[in-house]
Amino acid sequence: MDEIVSKGTTGGPASESNFAHRSMRSSIARARGLGSAKEGVGHWWVQRLTALALIPLGLWFVASVVHLAGADHAAIKLWLGAPFTLGALVLTIVAAFYHAVLGLQVVIEDYIHQTAVKLTLIILIQFAAFALAATAIVALLVVFIG
Amino acid sequence: MAGHPRPLSPHLQIYRRQLTSVTSILHRLTGIGLSIGLLYLVCWLVAAATGAEAFDRLQGFNGSFIGRLLLFGWTLAFFYHLLNGIRHLSWDAGWGFDLPTAYKTGWTALIGAAVLTLLAWIIGYYQMGSF
Repeated sequence: MDEIVSKGTTGGPASESNFAHRSMRSSIARARGLGSAKEGVGHWWVQRLTALALIPLGLWFVASVVHLAGADHAAIKLWLGAPFTLGALVLTIVAAFYHAVLGLQVVIEDYIHQTAVKLTLIILIQFAAFALAATAIVALLVVFIG
Repeated sequence: MAGHPRPLSPHLQIYRRQLTSVTSILHRLTGIGLSIGLLYLVCWLVAAATGAEAFDRLQGFNGSFIGRLLLFGWTLAFFYHLLNGIRHLSWDAGWGFDLPTAYKTGWTALIGAAVLTLLAWIIGYYQMGSF
């Protein structure tokens, strides 16, 4: 037992012969440790949850914007003044930014291989998403209350 | 890591194009485009909160040729990413991953996105009383 575990964790040449070349599977030892990032399927799962939420939210948003085509400031204030709009837009913005951050992170991880650049970009995108989502929500509240 | 080769992302310059790979890379490209669109949405909301003058200026840009081109692109990107996203979710649920179905749903996502985009813009222009 000890021998199998140690082979699995080190992933050396001895264990390689047990796996097919370019297997989609990582060793059981790494899977039990929730993978190298130690978050298991968390990223994957939240990406799908936000995707699911964005089906109705995105359709509602695009339908609203199409309905508002060419609207002036008064019409926009009327739309943003409705409690339903405020709630639905806050949900849309939070889900969309969360979904975008997760998606962009995967693209960066796939195509950028220098650790420093990769980490810097991911951190910048996460900070930017929080700041932009907060800005959008504050703007919504300003219109709603004002 | 070194002793256990993992799958690589395709190198786009030398990877032979197929419908399945094109729909996949389009999903990523439209995702990046929509992230930029999110940035524009924040600008739009901030303009609405700033006042009538700022908002009308932004709406003026939206009505310009470049503005319309951007909004049309974002509409197309949204509907493609939505339809292809549903395709991805159905794969995750274990349905439609065989090649004939993947081709059928791939074409559906591409053509469906074009149709829904045109429909949205026709309704939009109708709303504005342009015809």
